[in-house]
Amino acid sequence: MKKIMIAMIALAISSAAVAQMENEKFVKAMEPKVIALDTTHSLEGFTELANAFERIADVEKNQWLAYYYAAMCNVNAGLVIGSGGDMMAAKADKTDPYADKAEQLINKAELLEKSNSEIYVIKKMIASLRMLGDPMNRYMTYGAEIQAMLDEARKLNPENPRVYLLEGQDKFYTPEQFGGSKSEAKVLFETALKKFEAAKPATSIHPSWGLPTTKYFHSQCQ
Amino acid sequence: MFTRFSFTILLIVTSIYSFSQTTTVTGKVTDNKSKPLAGASITLKNTYDGATSDSAGKFRFRTTEKGDQIIEISSIGFKPFQQAVKLDGTAITIATSLKEEQNELQAVVLTAGTFEASDRKRAGVVLNPIDVVTTASAEGDLTGALKTLPGAQQVGESEGLFVRGGTAAETKIFIDGTLVNNFFQSSTPNIASRGRFSPFIFKGTVFSTGGYSALYGQALSSALILESIDFPDKSSANLGLSIIGGNGGYQHLSKKKNFSVGGTYSYTNLFPAFAVIKQRQDYSQIPEFHTGDANFRVKTSKTGILKYYGYFNKGRLAFTTNSIDTLGYYDKFGLKNTNFYNNFSWKEFLGKGWKLNAGISFTNNKDGINSGLEDANKNEVILTGLEFKKFGLGLKGNYFNARMVIEKKLKGLSAIRFGTEYNFTNDKSDFTLYNGQIVGGSIKQNIKSGFAEVDIYLTNAVAAKIGTRVEHSSILDKVNIAPRVSIAYKLGNGSQASMAYGVFYQNPETKYLPATNNSANSLGFMKATHYITQYLKVTSLTTFRAEVFYKKYNDLVKTNFTSGRETAVNNNGFGDAKGIEFFWRDKKTIKNLDYWISYSYLDTKRDFLNFPYAIAPNFAAKHTASVILKKFVQPWKLQFNGAYNYASGRPYYNIGYDGTNFKFNDRGTIPEYHNFSFSLNFLPNIGKPNAKTFAVYVFQVSNIFNIKQTYGYQYSYNGYRKEAIVPTSRMFVYIGAFFSFGIDRSEDVINSRLL
Repeated sequence: MKKIMIAMIALAISSAAVAQMENEKFVKAMEPKVIALDTTHSLEGFTELANAFERIADVEKNQWLAYYYAAMCNVNAGLVIGSGGDMMAAKADKTDPYADKAEQLINKAELLEKSNSEIYVIKKMIASLRMLGDPMNRYMTYGAEIQAMLDEARKLNPENPRVYLLEGQDKFYTPEQFGGSKSEAKVLFETALKKFEAAKPATSIHPSWGLPTTKYFHSQCQ
Repeated sequence: MFTRFSFTILLIVTSIYSFSQTTTVTGKVTDNKSKPLAGASITLKNTYDGATSDSAGKFRFRTTEKGDQIIEISSIGFKPFQQAVKLDGTAITIATSLKEEQNELQAVVLTAGTFEASDRKRAGVVLNPIDVVTTASAEGDLTGALKTLPGAQQVGESEGLFVRGGTAAETKIFIDGTLVNNFFQSSTPNIASRGRFSPFIFKGTVFSTGGYSALYGQALSSALILESIDFPDKSSANLGLSIIGGNGGYQHLSKKKNFSVGGTYSYTNLFPAFAVIKQRQDYSQIPEFHTGDANFRVKTSKTGILKYYGYFNKGRLAFTTNSIDTLGYYDKFGLKNTNFYNNFSWKEFLGKGWKLNAGISFTNNKDGINSGLEDANKNEVILTGLEFKKFGLGLKGNYFNARMVIEKKLKGLSAIRFGTEYNFTNDKSDFTLYNGQIVGGSIKQNIKSGFAEVDIYLTNAVAAKIGTRVEHSSILDKVNIAPRVSIAYKLGNGSQASMAYGVFYQNPETKYLPATNNSANSLGFMKATHYITQYLKVTSLTTFRAEVFYKKYNDLVKTNFTSGRETAVNNNGFGDAKGIEFFWRDKKTIKNLDYWISYSYLDTKRDFLNFPYAIAPNFAAKHTASVILKKFVQPWKLQFNGAYNYASGRPYYNIGYDGTNFKFNDRGTIPEYHNFSFSLNFLPNIGKPNAKTFAVYVFQVSNIFNIKQTYGYQYSYNGYRKEAIVPTSRMFVYIGAFFSFGIDRSEDVINSRLL
């Protein structure tokens, strides 16, 4: 009896330890990639990160963060493709597959982590990518969607600096005749910078990206 | 003791992670054209290990995993590839080429014969919904925009789409799958009526100038397939004022976005416009219309939607023109119309790739026509020998159409569709002669149809659509079987070739059927066979399309006079049409300027109705062309639209009946047709995205150079006098202002003009 008890305790302890190590392994695998996000700007870079995050996500099916980052890297890869050449031209045939992929991944993340502001940040980016695919025809539909996603992200966490970064970028790039404004963008980037200062990610692998980008755009508004 | 346990645990745990050899996996990924594929993900399934292929398609990674494992290689736009491997320290090399995944946006599109206007971005789409109404010569009318595309004629003396040598009756119009009767306002002599429906209730338009799908029938020449919008973006109200009337409407969208309801009312009165712009006709009743529409939409499930659209119109007009039959007298024409149209449609995904599309529509239409002769003092008179000028005609039509289509998605983009359609019409007419005698008639008929078609996508580059339609007509008591085939082949980046073949049947027009007898089994279906070849090249900002067609008409209806009425007597008519058409649209070459040019060459002859023998019909010009320009000047918040339409001289005929035969009393060619139109839209609120009210001001002039346009000639009863049929006024000016509240409808309203 005693032996069985001991064996059971041993098993319990060892599986807890395995779980602990598994988690450490997960965090260790994630950390360098999460850090790399702020220095990645190329299609190749985002594709490589997207693939790596998805590999992790497919093993760690209960970790929303891996799906979240995989979605984010796919949408960024799509945005890099969509931003080349004439912005107003239709290129949905090239960009939509990335939006589709990102959407699948962020939906998986949302199943594990409901009502998180960060998820709506990605959804906003996906809507922007859809619009970029064919701005002339999709302005009406996705313009409204972008705003709805941003509003939801802000509602869920008004302290999320990325909400203000994305809003600022939209203001920055929109021509003035259509409601864009560099000065309004600047105010938003300043808000984002303040929120970045106050923001404390829950762990080393929770979303913290965006500060260098905000600083860059803020400098462009001077 | 405890330490021993710890050691054991450590042993168990570390054994999972250590004591493994390392295996190196290398390889190369290519696409189906053997080009290196960069960015592909190589994954050792259920592990973190893997790599991404480089620009040469190569990859390399190391893993400490052991034993039987699976490597998956995937890339966006390609089908994933899996390979079983045994990891034992021996280096593994994998070389694979991924197959392209079938993708709606990249796949070849079956486009022969069709023009699509929708927000879908693919090869068949040459216009977007906004283009349909920002065309300067369109005057806010849907079919007006379609007339700037190759294949359609510039016919100004009557409404409808005359396509590739076919009559307006050979084009059928469908809303959400069901047939629409009375798409246009009721006919007025020598004036083209406008379409009844606002272009803004539609999100997609497919204009087929030939070779259309087996899902549609009873149209020898052309099918116009319209799809109504699903849910509005937001709740909103709108208001419009113009020189021809006013309108107001409201659309409500529920908070959960699963239900919407709305309606509009508009009042049209041409008094102010006619006061300024002199009309050829002298109106005793200025055209006046009350129009209301109502709609609701309900989400029936996550993927299903039920839509209703209802339309009611009551209109009247009356005018006199100088009588051609007797000098010093006036011809009087009066028309009263009520039209009630209802359309229900239901779309539902049934799961496992099955989809249902069902719809019913019913229409009740009443026309009261009053014709007569007036003397110089505008008193009604009856002159001997011209008694026929005085008559009354009452038309009552009840129409019902129901349709169901079931679709099953197959592998890739392939799909199979089948379904059934039922069409019932009941036309009653009362003809009142000058002496009060009433001749009544009633024709009831139905057509039952069944159809099936399959879309086969062999790869992204080759696709085919094969279908068949079977119809039974009650009044003819006959059955037809119509096969349809079209294929498309992708030639290169953005360019493709397509071909279409199809057989099309149509019943003789109701107005030529025997008036009382509900059987016409001595008559049969009219038949057309289409052969179409198309080349299409689309880049993101340009579209080039060239199409060659040949069309054969058989069994067209021939008419004769029986008791004073032109009635179908046999199917001995025939004809053919051949031609070549070009379309070029360019948004690239000149910054902020969007233009398109279309040209059609048509060579057609037919023998039908009362034609003495096969001739080029009076509704077909050999050459037609259009140039459309659109330019938005952002700093001024102004959009400029220009249009030029051209048609070479059409033939005209005066065909007389000598009691036994039809013969030409006169024939010739009308002058060439030129029309320059211009419109200007001012959007003061554009660029204020948070504004709650949007205003759009519209100014439009048609035929700006005041060029004389002749549509044909009309003849006096005795054939001695002839007179040109010309537009009701040479130039028309339109001014309007539109406001919408709650939502930015500036893009909509800018283009609605006459709504």
